[in-house]
Amino acid sequence: MQGAVNLWPLIGVAVIIAGFILRQNPVMVVIIAAVVTGLTAAMPIDKILISLGTGFIKTRNLPLILLLPLGVIGLLERYGLKEQAQLIIAKIKSATAGRLLMVYLFVREITAGLGLVSLGGHPQMVRPLIAPMAEGATENRYGSIPEKLLHKIRAMAAATDNVGLFFGEDIFVAFGAIVLMQTILRGYSIEVNPLHMALWGIPTAISAFTIHAFRLRRLDVEIERELGLQKTTEAVVTEAFTGEKA
Amino acid sequence: MSSTILPLNYFFILLGLTLTIISLMSFRDKGNPRRIATGSFWALYAVVFLIGDLIPPLFAGIIVVAMALIAGLGGVSLGKYHQFTAKERHDSAVKLGNRLLYPALIIPFTTMIGSVVFQKTKIGGMFLLDQKNFTLVSLGIGCIIALIVACRFTGSTPVQAMREARRLIDSMGWAVVLPHMLAVLGLLFMDAGVGKAVANVTTTYIPMDFKLVAVAVFCLGMTIFTMIMGNAFAAFPVMAGGVGVPILMGVFHGNPAIVAAIGMFSGYCGTLMTPMAANFNIVPAALLELPDKNGVIKVQIMTALPLLVVNIALMYFLMNAF
Repeated sequence: MQGAVNLWPLIGVAVIIAGFILRQNPVMVVIIAAVVTGLTAAMPIDKILISLGTGFIKTRNLPLILLLPLGVIGLLERYGLKEQAQLIIAKIKSATAGRLLMVYLFVREITAGLGLVSLGGHPQMVRPLIAPMAEGATENRYGSIPEKLLHKIRAMAAATDNVGLFFGEDIFVAFGAIVLMQTILRGYSIEVNPLHMALWGIPTAISAFTIHAFRLRRLDVEIERELGLQKTTEAVVTEAFTGEKA
Repeated sequence: MSSTILPLNYFFILLGLTLTIISLMSFRDKGNPRRIATGSFWALYAVVFLIGDLIPPLFAGIIVVAMALIAGLGGVSLGKYHQFTAKERHDSAVKLGNRLLYPALIIPFTTMIGSVVFQKTKIGGMFLLDQKNFTLVSLGIGCIIALIVACRFTGSTPVQAMREARRLIDSMGWAVVLPHMLAVLGLLFMDAGVGKAVANVTTTYIPMDFKLVAVAVFCLGMTIFTMIMGNAFAAFPVMAGGVGVPILMGVFHGNPAIVAAIGMFSGYCGTLMTPMAANFNIVPAALLELPDKNGVIKVQIMTALPLLVVNIALMYFLMNAF
């Protein structure tokens, strides 16, 4: 047995992949994968349950960041927060979904790089403000947005928050990832200056900004291609119609 | 007993009470076709926050499985929420203007100021904020201040805020608990040695005599492993131990700071592409009411893949240059 690695726990990974491919309910898939993994590691069922329970209680801090703001955000939404975000963006004539998200990407990445990671996030910023503004900017230019494109704009708003956060926070010296890497490497007697690790994150951080900003530009092009045409067609049709009538 | 004026526990209890109210509202909501199942789901979650540290772990484990069964059988359903019409919301927005915006911005700013300025503040020898969770405690305080301000500006009540919390939490449904359950799975994966098994498979079957192959295996390994575990932090120790330290730093003498930094970022490319990172990918899709729960992942793939290629190139060219 010594030296040999037990490959059976990989079945748990296979369950996860199969579950997601077969589009089963993810919560169910995760629990089945947990039980299967426990069984392959020769844990009896009560020990699996205890380990599930202990883990669940230990990670209770995780959902707080999502759940605590919901009451206020919901209340503000009731009284028109999203509508107000759209009224604000309507005043900026040059605003497009892509440009707005580029500005947000920049601000999000820089502030995360300075350690201010809480100045964003999906429940606090993206749902009530950023996504409605991106939608609003598009509506102001082109009128109503077809469902599919609307969903793409919203998804891009969420993606922009993620990209800005991930590739910004890792250039902040006191960030957990840097501490983790330092600790792990120290275990192999390799001493690394955290400042150097933060510094060598910068090329990737810049590349991430460039690539995602380019994609946001493409989003604007796509919106223009889909809706610009629709707008012109509408205008032509209306003109023809009114012309005939006159 | 605690040496903190505001321990994180207060916010667990606050959330537990909120979930209890949401659960009671769900039980009474005749507009919800699965109101008993939905109410039970949130009631079980409330127990976890109210008395989670007092109940035996076996009992908590049974709660987890029960919640998964309710969610998996489609028991978490939408109710009726008596919302304002689009016109009422528009008129209200015109009337209240930016006063709607300020409470929303109070949350991130209080979180920031709390965790940066008041992190080490002591009153009467006791820390003001929970030292292990000062960001979350600051966020919690921010939410309470924001709620008070929002009620003043809108003339509404905290009870209405509870109703709105229920509307949002129901719209996300089971996605709310997915990150939490995945964290548990991550812990179990580690206990069961999934990490070791994956590292073993990668390093045994791929020849890494060429620098480019070794760099690519390390970066791709970080990405794929992160996609499986949902977390780059779990992937790094495994890939560093399997490939990073012995091969990139040992055989090819790569600069450890460069290998580590770019390796971790390759992991983040994986985070962008996996439903396992549910709080970044699945929860936002639910929050933004996208019909496709993988909608956010789908738009992120075309940012993540080019960036992964850039990472491999950066590591290949930089790691021996400095």
